Amino acid sequence: MSDGVVAVSKFLAWSVVDGPGNRFVLFLQGCNYRCVTCHNPHTIGVCSDCGACVAVCPSGALTKAGRKVVHDPSVCIACDSCLAACPTRANPMVRRLTVDDVLDLLRRNAPFLNGLTVSGGEATLQLGFLIDLFTAIRAAPDLAHLTLFIDSNGHLPAEGWHKVLPLTDGVMLDIKAFDPERHRRLTGADNDLSLASAKLLAGAGKLYELRFLLIPGETDRPEEIAALAALARDLGPETRLRLNAFQHHGVRGPAANWSPMPRDGVEAAAVTLKAAGIAEVATPSVWLP
Amino acid sequence: MTEMLSQLRRIAQDRTLSFKQKEHALAVEAENMLPYVLLDTETRAALDARIICDMYEGNAPYKPRYVLPDYEVVLKNGSAYLELPKPETLDEAINTLQIAYHHVPSVTGMPVFIGHLDALLLPFCDGASDDELYRKIKLFWRYIDRVLPDAFLHADIGPTDNRVARAILRADAELKQVAPNLTFLYDPEVSGEAMLRLCTDNIIACSKPHIANHPIHREVFNEPGYAIVSCYNALPLRGGAASLARVNLKKVAEASANEADFFDVQLPRYVNLNARLMRARIDYLFRQSGFFDGNFLVEEGWIDRDRFTAMFGIFAMAEAVNHLQDLAGRPGRYGHDAVANALGHRISAQLADLVAREPMDHVWRGFAMLHAQAGLSSDAGTTPGVRIPYGSEPDPVSHVQALLPHHRHYLSGVSEILTLDETVRANPEAVFQLAKGALQLGFREFTANIAGNDLVRVTGFMIRLSDIRLYNAAKGSRVNTTALGAEAADTVHILDRKPRVVGLELMAGSGV
Repeated sequence: MSDGVVAVSKFLAWSVVDGPGNRFVLFLQGCNYRCVTCHNPHTIGVCSDCGACVAVCPSGALTKAGRKVVHDPSVCIACDSCLAACPTRANPMVRRLTVDDVLDLLRRNAPFLNGLTVSGGEATLQLGFLIDLFTAIRAAPDLAHLTLFIDSNGHLPAEGWHKVLPLTDGVMLDIKAFDPERHRRLTGADNDLSLASAKLLAGAGKLYELRFLLIPGETDRPEEIAALAALARDLGPETRLRLNAFQHHGVRGPAANWSPMPRDGVEAAAVTLKAAGIAEVATPSVWLP
Repeated sequence: MTEMLSQLRRIAQDRTLSFKQKEHALAVEAENMLPYVLLDTETRAALDARIICDMYEGNAPYKPRYVLPDYEVVLKNGSAYLELPKPETLDEAINTLQIAYHHVPSVTGMPVFIGHLDALLLPFCDGASDDELYRKIKLFWRYIDRVLPDAFLHADIGPTDNRVARAILRADAELKQVAPNLTFLYDPEVSGEAMLRLCTDNIIACSKPHIANHPIHREVFNEPGYAIVSCYNALPLRGGAASLARVNLKKVAEASANEADFFDVQLPRYVNLNARLMRARIDYLFRQSGFFDGNFLVEEGWIDRDRFTAMFGIFAMAEAVNHLQDLAGRPGRYGHDAVANALGHRISAQLADLVAREPMDHVWRGFAMLHAQAGLSSDAGTTPGVRIPYGSEPDPVSHVQALLPHHRHYLSGVSEILTLDETVRANPEAVFQLAKGALQLGFREFTANIAGNDLVRVTGFMIRLSDIRLYNAAKGSRVNTTALGAEAADTVHILDRKPRVVGLELMAGSGV
C-alpha cells in the first residue's frame, strides 16, 4: 500500500508519444537509475529541503516555511532556475497528488483521452500508488475507456510486476544497454532486472514497446545492436521496437559534451534490425535541424 | 485625387497580380469612389477610429457579402435564364454546377459556397462505379482549383457516410489543393466514428476537412437548413449573409476606465454603433442597390431575400481580456488563467445578450447573428475572434477547454485553429480522440493544422507555404488568397503560430 500521496514532477493532458492515442501522462518524481544521458535529470532526485533553489528563485514562488521548501505555482514564471541550482537533481516544483486528485484530473479531460501513461522518473518506484491508482480507475465506470500504461526502465523484480500487471494494459520498457559493464557505467545500475522484465512482460502479452536509446560510440556499436536484435527476436516477432536518438536537450554533466546521435546512424541501425527479422522498428518522427 | 490615381496606377502596374486579380482590385477602388452609405456622426466617428469596422466591404454594397444558393433547385429544375435543361447524368449534374458557380456573387468575386456536394450528386451516382466516381470527382476538383482559385470557396459534405463523401475525401487528400475548402458536417448519430476517423486522417494528410458539429448548428436554422462557407461561417442555405461588421474588443477595452465601465457603458455603446453601421449598409443593399430585383437567382428560387442574415463580428477578445486584467491588477493571461478565461466567457455572454436587443430590418429572423471574426491581414496587434494569441497557445486539450464556453454564443461561426506538432502523424488515433472529445463537449467546429504540412490554414482559408515563399520572391501566385496570406504573414506574424502555422485573414476589401 502507498501512503496515498505521490510526488508528480509534471503532468500533461496531451501527449501523442507515450503510447496509443492521446494520453494523460504523469511524470513521477524519483528514479533508481542515474543515467548520464538523462534528458530529464530533474526528475531523478527527491527534494531534501536544502533551500538552494529558494535563493535563486527570481519570482518569489519558492520560499521556506520552517524546514520545508514551498512552491507557489500562481507566482511561478516557469524559468527553471531552481532546477539548475538543485544539488540533488530534484524538482522543488513537484506537486503532491492523491489518487482522488489524479481521478479528478482524468475526469476533467476524459473525453479527449485514450488513456493514462505513468512515467517518471521511474514509475515503478511508486508501485503501491500505481496499484491504488489503477484499481481506482478500473472501478470507475466513467473512466472505463482509458487504457493504462507504464513507462519503465524495468528495474523491478517479478513479484512487483505480478502485482501491477493484472491492472495494466501495456508497458513501454527502456533497455539502456546490453553489455553489463556499459549498463553500469551509463546508468549506475545492473541490467539483469530489466532484461528479465522484458521477457516477463512479453510473456504476459503486456510489452507494448521496447525502447532503446542510441548513444554514439556506446549503444550504437554493432555488438549492442546485435544483442538488441537477439532479444527482440527472442521476445517474439511481433515486438515493437522504438529507437531513440541521444540529444543534448536537458542533459547535464559530461554527457552534454558527447556527440548527439546522427540521423543516418539511427536509420542504419533500423535497417540492421529489420534485416535481422524485427518487423516493426520505429525511428524518431521529427528531427531537429 | 492624385492619391487615388496613384493607387489605381499601382494596381494596374503591379507585377504580382494577375489580370483577373487586377480587375477585382480596380472594381473595389471604383466602388469606393462613391460616397459611403449614410451614417450618423457618432457611428461615422467610431468607424473612422476603427473601433467598429466594416471589413472594407465597399462604400456602396451592391451584393450580399455571402451568397449560399440552393443548388438543388438548378439540379431539379434546370434554369430557364441560363438555358440549362434538368441534368440526368452525373456528368450533366457536375457540368450544371460548374456553370452555376459563375453566376453566384460574393464579396470576393468568386462563390464562397459550392454546395452540399454529396447530397447534390448522390442521386446521379446510381450507374457509376466507385472508381468512375472517384475519377470524375478528381477532374471536378481540378476544375474548381484552377478556374475558381480562391480558398474562401467552400464545399460541404456529410452528415451521412456515403460514396460521394468518401470519393471527395480520397481525392482531396491526394490532390492537396488550396481550393475548395471543405467541411464535413458531423453528427455522431448518423455519420459514425469510421467517418470521423477518415476525416481526422485527412487532416493529417492535408489539414482538411474542417469538422462542423452538425446537431448544434442544425438546431439554429430552419428549413432548408444551413451551410458552412468561407472562413467557417454558419449561414442560412438559400440565403446567406447580407453584411459583416465587427467590433474591435481591444479598442473597446482601451476606451474603458475599468471592468464595470466596459460592461455597463462602453460595450453596449459600441455594440449599438456597430448595429447602426450594419443597418445602414443592409438598407442600401436591399432598398437602393437593386440586387434582389429582376435577379434570376431570386426568380428561380436559388436564393430567397428573406434568408439573409447579418453577421455581427467581434475580434481581439484576447487583448481585451488582458487589458481588463491589467486594469484590475490581475496577472493572469487569456487562454492560460481561469479568471481571465472566465472574464472572456462573460464578455461573450454579454455580447450575445446585447446583439439580441438590436432588431434589424431585412434580416433573417430580424436579428444579427454573433460571429467570432477571424481577422483581416492588415490587423496588427490583435488576435482573431476569441482565439488565444499566436505562439502562446496551450496544449490542444487545454486550448479546447479554455475556449469551449464561448462556442454556444457564436451562432454564425467561431473557429479555433489547433496546431498539432508533427509527431501526431505517427499517432492518428490521438487526432481522432481530440476531435471526438471537442465535438462531444460542444465545440461548434473542429479545425486543425499539422505543422510541416505545406498546405496550411490561415484562419479559415488555406494557403500553401511554398506559394507564400514564391509570392515573397515577387513571382506572383495563381491563387487569390496567397496575397492575403503573404500580407498577414508579414503584418500579424501568423507564421509565428506555434509550431509554425497560421491564423490571419484577408486583405481589406476582398474577403472573409
